[in-house]
Amino acid sequence: MKNKDYPAFRAEGLTKVYGSGDTRVFALRGVDLEVPRGEMVVLLGPSGSGKSTLLNILGGLDSPTEGHVYFDHEELTAFDDRHLTQFRREHVGFVFQFYNLIPSLTARENVALVTEIASNPMEPEQALKLVGLEQRIHHFPAQLSGGEQQRVAIARAIAKQPNVLFCDEPTGALDSKTGIVVLEAIARVNRELNTTTMVITHNAGIADMANRVLHMADGQIQESRINEAPCEPSALSW
Amino acid sequence: MWINWLLPLDRKLVRDLWAIKGQALAIAVVIGCGIGMYVMSKGMLISLAETRSAYYERYRFADVVAPVKRAPNALLDEITALPGVRRAETRIRAGVILDVAGAAAPITGEIQSLPPFPLPHINDIVLHEGRYFDPQHEEEVLVLDAFAEAHKLEPGDHLHAILNGTKKRLTVTGIVLSPEYVYAISPGEIVPDKKRFGVLWMNRDAVANAFDLDGAFNEAVILTSAGTDEDALIQRLDSLLKRYGATGAYGRDQQISDQFLTNEINQLETIGRILPPIFLLVAAFLLNVVVGRLIDTEREQIGLLKAFGYSNGDVARHYLKMIGLITLLGVVIGILLGLWLGRGLANMYQDFFKFPFLLFRPPPDIYLVSIGFSLLVAGVGTASSVRRVMQLEPAIAMVPPPPPDYSRAARWLERLAPWVDQPSRMILRHIYRWPKRAAMTVLGIAMSMGLLIGASFSMDAMMYMVDVSFNVIDRQDVTVNFVEPRNKRAIQDVLHAPGVMTAEPFRAIPVVLRNGPYVRREAILGMEARPELSRIVDTELRPVPLPKHGLILSDKLAELLDIGTGDLLRVEVRTGRRPELDMVVSGIVKTYMGTTAYMHLDALNRMLKEDSAVSGAYLLVDPDQTDALYESLKNTPVVSGVSLQEQAQNAFYDTLQDSLGTFVFFNTLFAGLIAVGVVYNNARISLSERGRELASLRVLGLTRGEVSYILLGELALLTVLALPLGALLGFLLAALLVQSFDTELFRIPLVISDSTYGYAALVVVLAAIGSGLLVRRRIDHLDLIAVLKTRE
Repeated sequence: MKNKDYPAFRAEGLTKVYGSGDTRVFALRGVDLEVPRGEMVVLLGPSGSGKSTLLNILGGLDSPTEGHVYFDHEELTAFDDRHLTQFRREHVGFVFQFYNLIPSLTARENVALVTEIASNPMEPEQALKLVGLEQRIHHFPAQLSGGEQQRVAIARAIAKQPNVLFCDEPTGALDSKTGIVVLEAIARVNRELNTTTMVITHNAGIADMANRVLHMADGQIQESRINEAPCEPSALSW
Repeated sequence: MWINWLLPLDRKLVRDLWAIKGQALAIAVVIGCGIGMYVMSKGMLISLAETRSAYYERYRFADVVAPVKRAPNALLDEITALPGVRRAETRIRAGVILDVAGAAAPITGEIQSLPPFPLPHINDIVLHEGRYFDPQHEEEVLVLDAFAEAHKLEPGDHLHAILNGTKKRLTVTGIVLSPEYVYAISPGEIVPDKKRFGVLWMNRDAVANAFDLDGAFNEAVILTSAGTDEDALIQRLDSLLKRYGATGAYGRDQQISDQFLTNEINQLETIGRILPPIFLLVAAFLLNVVVGRLIDTEREQIGLLKAFGYSNGDVARHYLKMIGLITLLGVVIGILLGLWLGRGLANMYQDFFKFPFLLFRPPPDIYLVSIGFSLLVAGVGTASSVRRVMQLEPAIAMVPPPPPDYSRAARWLERLAPWVDQPSRMILRHIYRWPKRAAMTVLGIAMSMGLLIGASFSMDAMMYMVDVSFNVIDRQDVTVNFVEPRNKRAIQDVLHAPGVMTAEPFRAIPVVLRNGPYVRREAILGMEARPELSRIVDTELRPVPLPKHGLILSDKLAELLDIGTGDLLRVEVRTGRRPELDMVVSGIVKTYMGTTAYMHLDALNRMLKEDSAVSGAYLLVDPDQTDALYESLKNTPVVSGVSLQEQAQNAFYDTLQDSLGTFVFFNTLFAGLIAVGVVYNNARISLSERGRELASLRVLGLTRGEVSYILLGELALLTVLALPLGALLGFLLAALLVQSFDTELFRIPLVISDSTYGYAALVVVLAAIGSGLLVRRRIDHLDLIAVLKTRE
C-alpha cells in the first residue's frame, strides 16, 4: 500500500475558520503542502500564525473548514472520529510542550500504555533506551526532571513505530541544555526509524537541524526552505 | 445586564457557580433531601402533638379512666372528693356486636352512654354531621365518623346491634368524632380497620336499660388537677372501687388510641433524628470534595487576587459565599420538599387519625434550625479548604503545584501491577494515592445503600411479623368473646354452629402485676396446655406447652416488669373473688404484639376458685360456610365480640401498602439521589482533575471507551466496594430503627430479606451507571487540542 514515491502528507487548500460573522478568525488561509517521507520538518512562526492548527489537522485532531489532507492514499479529511482515533493509534506519535505524562504510571508503564494497543510496537525498554533513559524506567513522572519527562514522552510517542511524529514546542518548557538532549532524541528517532517528523517551535535556532523549514505567518506558509546540510542538535545553541 | 451591577469578585462567583451548576445542584439536592425529611418529620411531629393537645383540651379528654363492673351513681361524689380530681363523670361503656347492611361478617364495636343534652363535660364529642339524639327516642344513636364513612352510613340510616344479648334496630342521627377514638382500633389489633370497628353513643337511660345498669355506671372518667400524682390517685380509685369490681384505673398513657398516637409521634421523632443527619453528612462530604477541588484549580487566581491586594478575608469570604449559596439553595429545595411531603403525610394521617382538624403547619423556628444546621454542616465540611485559601502565599500560589507523586504506592499494589494492564494500574494507583477521597466515596455510596435498606427492611419485618402472628401463633379463623364467662360446656354449643370444625377455649382475666416498683395493668390469658390454634412460641417459633403451674410472660412484659424466669410475681386478679397471690414465672416467650401473660386454663380457674369457666373460643372454620357462621354469630346473644383473622390480615396488608409503601418509595428516591449525588460529583471532579490526562490518551490513540474505562472503572470499583459496606450500614440502621420502634404495642423483628439487600444494591448500581453515563458524555467531548497547549 505504502508507496515510497508518495509524500507522507499532502494538503490542498487548507482553510480553517474559527467563529462566525464579525468574530470570524482565519487560522489557515488556503495552505498547500507536501511533506516527503522520513523528512525532519521544522515549522517556525509567531503565535497565531497557524502552525498549531496545521499540525492538529495533519495529526487528525482537528478538521479544516475547507480543503483536503491526504495521508498516503487516504483522505484524512473524510475520516470520522472513530477512523481518526484509529489513524492516531497506528500511525501518529505526539510529543507535547508540557509532556502530558500520566503521573500514576512509571516511565516504562507510560510507554507500555501505548505499546499495549499498537499493532507493531517495539519493547518499552527499547524505546526508553533510544532516548537514553534505560536507567530510569521504573521512576514515576514526579521523580523525573523536565528533560527526562520529555524524553519519556518521546519514547512513548515513538514506541509504536509511528509513520509520523508531531512535536509541539517540545523544548518550550526546558532550558537550552536539556532542550538539546531532547532534540537529540528526536533526531535519533528520525534518523534510525526513518520517522517523518514535524517540529513546531518559536525558536529559530532549532531550524538548523531540519531538512525542511516552513515559515508561517497569518495562516499561510510564507516560505519553504530546504536545508541542504542539517546540523547535529549538539551544534545548536540559543 | 444584571451581572454588571455586581462587584467583580461577585461576578466571578456567579460565573463559577454556573460553571459547576450540575455539581452544585447535586449537592443542593442532597441537602434538600435531608432538610425536607427534617421539615416533614419535625413539622408533622409538632403539628400532630399540638393538634392532639388542642383537641384533648378543647374536648376535655379524660386524664384517668376507672372501669368497674357496676357501681351506684351516688359514688360519683366520693370519686369527685378524692384529692387530685378536678372533675369526674360516670358513664356506661360496653362491647357490642354490630350488623350493618352490606357487611357479611359481624362487627365488633363499643357503645357509650351520653347524658341527655347538654353534652358531657369530659370526653366530649364533635358532632360532624346530623343532630344529637332525642332522649325520647331510645333507638337513636350517634356513630363514629370513621365507621360511618367506611359503611357509608348517614343520618337517618339504620343498623343493628346486639346490646347485652338483645338485638336492636338503631337509627343514626349524627356522625361524630371523639378524642377517645383518634386512632379507632379494636382492642388486640395493631392497625385500625374502619370497617370492622364501630363506636356508638346512645342516651344514658337507654344504655342503662339495655345493660341492666339503672342508677349505676361501669366507668368513671376523671380530669385531674395540675400537679396531681396520678399513680396515687389511681391507687385511691382502685381501693374505692374495689367493691364494685374495678379492673384497675389507668391514665392516658394506657389509653389505646393515645398510645398509638404517641407511638406515631415517637416514630416521627426517630426518623427526624436519624435520617436528616445522614443526608447532611453526605452533603458536607460532597461540599468538601467539590470546594476543595475548585480551590485547587483556582490556586493561581487566588494568588493573583492576593497579589493585587485582596485580603485573606476577602478571598475566603468569596468562597464562603459560594458555599453559602449552594447550601441555601439546598435549604430552599428542602423546605419546599418538606412542605410538600408534610402536606401529603397530613392527608395520609387523616385516614388513620381522626382529628376534627389536622393542618401541617411547621413553626418558623424549624426553618431557622434548617438554615442554621445546614450552614453549620457546610461550614464544617469546607473549613479545611477555606483555611487553605487563607494560608496560600501569593508567590507560591502562582507557581503551578508539583505533579502528584505516585512513587510511594503500596508494595502489595505493586506486586499486583504486573498482572493488570496500564489503565487498571492507573485506577489502582489513583485510589491508593487519594485513599481518603476513595474511602469517602465508598462511604457515601454505602450510606445511600444503607438508607435504602433501613427504609425498605420494615416491609420485610412487618411481613415476617404478620406471617408469624397469623400463621404460626394465631392460626384460628375466628375469635369469639362471650359477654360473661361461661362454663366450658359452652364450647360444645359453639362447635354446633355452622362451619365450625374446631373450637379451643380461652379465658382472659384482668389483673394487676407487680414486681417491686414495677406495676402493669394486664390481662392473663388462660389456654389449654397444648393448643393447636392460638399458640405461644419461643424465639425459634417452636410451640411452648403451658405448664400446670406458673405464668408464661411475653418478653416485652418481662422486660417492663424487670423479671426473669423463676422469679415470683405478685398477681392481683381484678375479677370474681379478686384473689391476690404470688406466682412463679415459669417461662418467657417471644411476642411481636402486645404484652400478654399466659397460664394453663385449669390453673387459672383453680386460682379463681371457679369451675372451668371460659370467656371465649378460637375457631377453625370451613371456608365454604363462613357466611352461615357469620349470620349465626350476629344473632347469638352471648357473644360480645368477634374477630376475624383474614380480615385483620387484609387490613394489615392494606395499611402496610398505603403507609409504608409511600415511605419506602420516597426513601428509595432520596437514597437514589444521594447515590447519584456522590457518584456524579466524584466522576465530575475526577474528570476535571484528569481531563488533561484523559485527553492526552485520546490524542495518543486510545478510544473513547478505553479512556472512559480509566475514569468510570475507578467509580465502578468503588461502587462494588461500597456494596458490602452498604449492606452492613443498612443492617445497623435497621437494628437502630428496630430498637427505637420497640414499644409495648408491638415490636418489629430485625428481619432483612435477601431481596431487600438485592434491591438496595440494584438501585445504587443503577444510580452509579446513570451518573457514569452523564459523565461519559463529557468524556466524549473532551477538547483534544486545548490539552496540547495548556499547562497543568
